[in-house]
Amino acid sequence: MIKAPINKIIDQSFVDGPGNRTAVFFQGCNYHCAYCHNPETINLCMNCGLCVETCPVHALSIVDGKVVWNEDLCCKCDTCLKTCPHLSSPRVKWMTADEVFERIKRNAPFIKGISTSGGECTLYKPFLIELFGKVKGLGLTALIDSNGSMDFRDNQDLLDACDGVMLDVKSTETEEYCSLIGGDGSGIMDKAIYLASLGKLTEVRTVCSPDFSSEKTVDDVSRSLAEYQNKGDIHYRIISYRHYGVREPYRQTIKEPSPDWMAHLEQTARNNGMIHVTVV
Amino acid sequence: MIWFENIDEARQAVMDVVQNPALTHEQQVMQLAGVACKTLPCIEGPYTEEFVKLYEEQMMIEMDHIPYVARYILPDYAKFMKNGSKFLRLDPPKNLYEAVTNLLVMYHNTPSVTHFPVYLGNFGELFEPFCDGLTDDEIRTILRGFMIQLDRTLGDSFVHANLGPEETRAGNIILDLVAELQNAIPNMTLLYDPDITPDSFAEHCISTSLVSANPAFAYDPEYKKAFAPYPYAIASCYNGLPLGGGAFLLHRLELGHAARASKSVDDFFDNVLPHAVEVMAGQMETTIEFIVEKSAFFKSSWLVKEGLIDLDKFVGLFGMVGLAECVDTLMALDGKPDLFGETDDANQMGVRVMDALEALVNRHESKYSPAFGHKFLLHAQVGLGEPGVTPATRIPIGREIPLYDHLRQCALYHHYFQTGVGDIFPFEVTAKKNPGAILDIFKGAFKLGMRYISTYAEDSDLIRVTGYLVKKSEVMAVHDNNEAAINDMSSVAYVTLQEHHTLERKVRSVE
Repeated sequence: MIKAPINKIIDQSFVDGPGNRTAVFFQGCNYHCAYCHNPETINLCMNCGLCVETCPVHALSIVDGKVVWNEDLCCKCDTCLKTCPHLSSPRVKWMTADEVFERIKRNAPFIKGISTSGGECTLYKPFLIELFGKVKGLGLTALIDSNGSMDFRDNQDLLDACDGVMLDVKSTETEEYCSLIGGDGSGIMDKAIYLASLGKLTEVRTVCSPDFSSEKTVDDVSRSLAEYQNKGDIHYRIISYRHYGVREPYRQTIKEPSPDWMAHLEQTARNNGMIHVTVV
Repeated sequence: MIWFENIDEARQAVMDVVQNPALTHEQQVMQLAGVACKTLPCIEGPYTEEFVKLYEEQMMIEMDHIPYVARYILPDYAKFMKNGSKFLRLDPPKNLYEAVTNLLVMYHNTPSVTHFPVYLGNFGELFEPFCDGLTDDEIRTILRGFMIQLDRTLGDSFVHANLGPEETRAGNIILDLVAELQNAIPNMTLLYDPDITPDSFAEHCISTSLVSANPAFAYDPEYKKAFAPYPYAIASCYNGLPLGGGAFLLHRLELGHAARASKSVDDFFDNVLPHAVEVMAGQMETTIEFIVEKSAFFKSSWLVKEGLIDLDKFVGLFGMVGLAECVDTLMALDGKPDLFGETDDANQMGVRVMDALEALVNRHESKYSPAFGHKFLLHAQVGLGEPGVTPATRIPIGREIPLYDHLRQCALYHHYFQTGVGDIFPFEVTAKKNPGAILDIFKGAFKLGMRYISTYAEDSDLIRVTGYLVKKSEVMAVHDNNEAAINDMSSVAYVTLQEHHTLERKVRSVE
């Protein structure tokens, strides 16, 4: 049985794709974005034990050299997340696809489908393929929420297993893109266009700040993708950068955008022919 | 007391109404009619003495004392539109203007227990045939005036209209008007059938609900099946009843009181509940006999004479309230701490109570109501905000459980109520961005057995109190200034909002 590290499962989410969905968040990401809103999902636990000492309700302990989380004692105060120097969380469960599926099955009457997110869920490709197969058996849809690192041209099996991808396009300027993700990255628009041409690009998201070249990115994205909307709806979510959840020192250095500026970006996307545009 | 014991009491009641600055003229006239009826004792029958005793103990409530009209009336509007009316001197309408005029005249002449019509028809069906050849703007102008007229002249939140299950142009325009006008009247229900109602129309209804608590959703396939072969509609708060018929009256059994009056769980099931049902059903039968045989209504009403209603399609509604308190009390009598909604044992006790109640009510053979096999229908009553009496089969506000579990729990009880039952779930404001998500949840609830469900967003001024709508701002203004409002429920609702903590109803999160 393959297991994957699951950070959390939200049974009822209105903000992870179309309709009501159960959202499964995986632990671990291959990007290290400056503005990440949940940086505690980036790395796997190193079992250093620092959080065990600060937990006010003693819900954490070390057993056989590993940090163990007692969910029943946990008061969700997030002290462990603040303590962790490694961008990780001790509140992660290694689960089998069957275990995750059991949880989804209980929600099945009330949801349109599931969305897998992270972290970066595509790091757990065999797990996803197994889970999606089961989920589709219930008549539910399965969407992948991805940071853009996976090239689906080389991962046809995963693409076939899902119903669509919700893709981050952080920037269309390669240099800025690499700087934002803290690593190598290129060809994001080629990846997006490939998905769009197959009608499998459910959603594109760009986090915007006056400190990024967001105007150019929104213009490029909408201009490139508009023509593929006849293959399937593409929702463009233009997201205001918010300080909430962002780690230091970036929290202080990135500016939040004004509503007027966001409205201007929305207009740009619409002028370029995007039908479904939302500012959040 | 149910009625006045002496003339001084009656005189004082008259003076109280005459001097009350918080009533409109129309409300004074209606309340004086109520006072007049209270000068008479209950309609006398074999169970009256025992009924009055249980009434004094607050185990049951009589809601139609001396009935001079059937409680809920659902005229056959299709017939009225086709034939016009001799009594009202109206020809069948030929265009949308005439349709609106005819209906407004009809409403003025269609009574109910509240004096106002509790069923206005299916707006989609009534107006759609007259929309051909008109632009959306023309339709909107006419229906906008119509909707304002309803709210300002039919001053009661139990005035009710239907939409669906088909999507209609008229329906979409009315939904936009509902969102724009922010009126509490009329209450509205979408008759929702997932195989007929397009998602786009259902989502339009939900978007409208989030800003105006209207329309609610009734699961059309179940109601259709329940009333077949007669077509049905939803009237008043949320009552499914046959078109061309309605309800004679509604009495209410307070299950919490019945449980508290029991020495043990066995005593409740073996003695207290069977006795209460026998007495209430018996007194209902006596009062129905009065409506049919003695009151003028079924003999002289123009609605009867023109065949817009049919005596055979009227039914007695056996109301219940407070299943939560009943179950909590019975569990305690059994020495268990389980609370209704919180454990399977408690919820199964609720099922046991409802099974018993259903069987006992079905035992009563009525002289009337052939369209219902001479039975009464169980009705999930909400009460009027008595402290410690939770509406119907609901979980008390403040004790709500996670949403999916809550909906599953509701579904355990909805099927007992062919006529009226419903639950209400407010959502965070962000839900407005994704109305399809609420539709997914409603679809699931219906699949699992719920029959009626409604929503509003946490920032909505219009809210559903129990089954009816009020504007929060109006309720507060009426209370604070002791002044009158056109909607008579704007003053009544204040007590319910306080006693049932309606404004603290759990808001459901979007993630």
